[in-house]
Amino acid sequence: MIPHAMNEELPNGPVVAALIAGGLGSATLGLMTVLAEASPSIKDALNWWNPAGPLTGKALVGVTAFVASWIVLHVIFRGRNVTFAPAATIALILLGLGLLGTFPPIFAMFGGE
Amino acid sequence: MSISMREAWTVIHGMLFGAAFLLAFAGGLAGLYSLRPEWVTVAGLKERMFRLKAGLWSMAAIAWATVVTGTFIVYPWYRAKPPEGATDLSTFPRYLLLADPSTATWHKLGMEWKEHVGWLAPIAVTVVAFAVTYYGPALAKKAGERRTLMVFYVIAFGTAAIAGVFGAFISKVAPIR
Repeated sequence: MIPHAMNEELPNGPVVAALIAGGLGSATLGLMTVLAEASPSIKDALNWWNPAGPLTGKALVGVTAFVASWIVLHVIFRGRNVTFAPAATIALILLGLGLLGTFPPIFAMFGGE
Repeated sequence: MSISMREAWTVIHGMLFGAAFLLAFAGGLAGLYSLRPEWVTVAGLKERMFRLKAGLWSMAAIAWATVVTGTFIVYPWYRAKPPEGATDLSTFPRYLLLADPSTATWHKLGMEWKEHVGWLAPIAVTVVAFAVTYYGPALAKKAGERRTLMVFYVIAFGTAAIAGVFGAFISKVAPIR
């Protein structure tokens, strides 16, 4: 017996929005990490709270990108069905870019100490 | 037997929040993996969904608490700069590690990786918690979505594990006192 709730046809838009936003937040964190390494002025600009240094700016820009893009994408995709496979691929690629950008041997290639 | 305020915060950050997140991972993965219509009864699905949602949102809250306490409470003590001419670096972990070529990699690879990659864990697990809550039992019939969510979930664990393992080792080599 299949429960009623299992048969509900919910549009996948909100989940696609969350996945891509998660990828965008991660990729943004990776990008900020690379940019801070490549440019002393960007590193200084990301130093929002001196005791923790530029990590504060990198992390909070990444989190802001995650939350802001989630809100925007949720409004765009709410109530809609999106072809899932390409959307998931985009989300996973963005997440992968976040992983690459935060890996020291990668971001160290762009300059730094 | 005593513990300083700084040591207490490193315990809260790493052993309370961080370890709780890592320990909860297996339960969540088993819940997501086995969420298939052919494996789940009506009663089992109802019970499992509540447990899965509660577990994932708890993990998301713990992951956010871990990175916030790590970045804004513990990390400033780690990176604090010693006064000019200081020779005893035992209370300045970053500079203690960098002063010796045999320990510098703990900072240049371990800490640099940990402090950045750890932030991916709460983002990824929050997405998973939202998707599971949104779909509810209907997720059992969506194989593609479930697989993608499991990748996000495993990456959340992997990034938290990297942060946790390096945190544990760095605390041994250059503890925050």
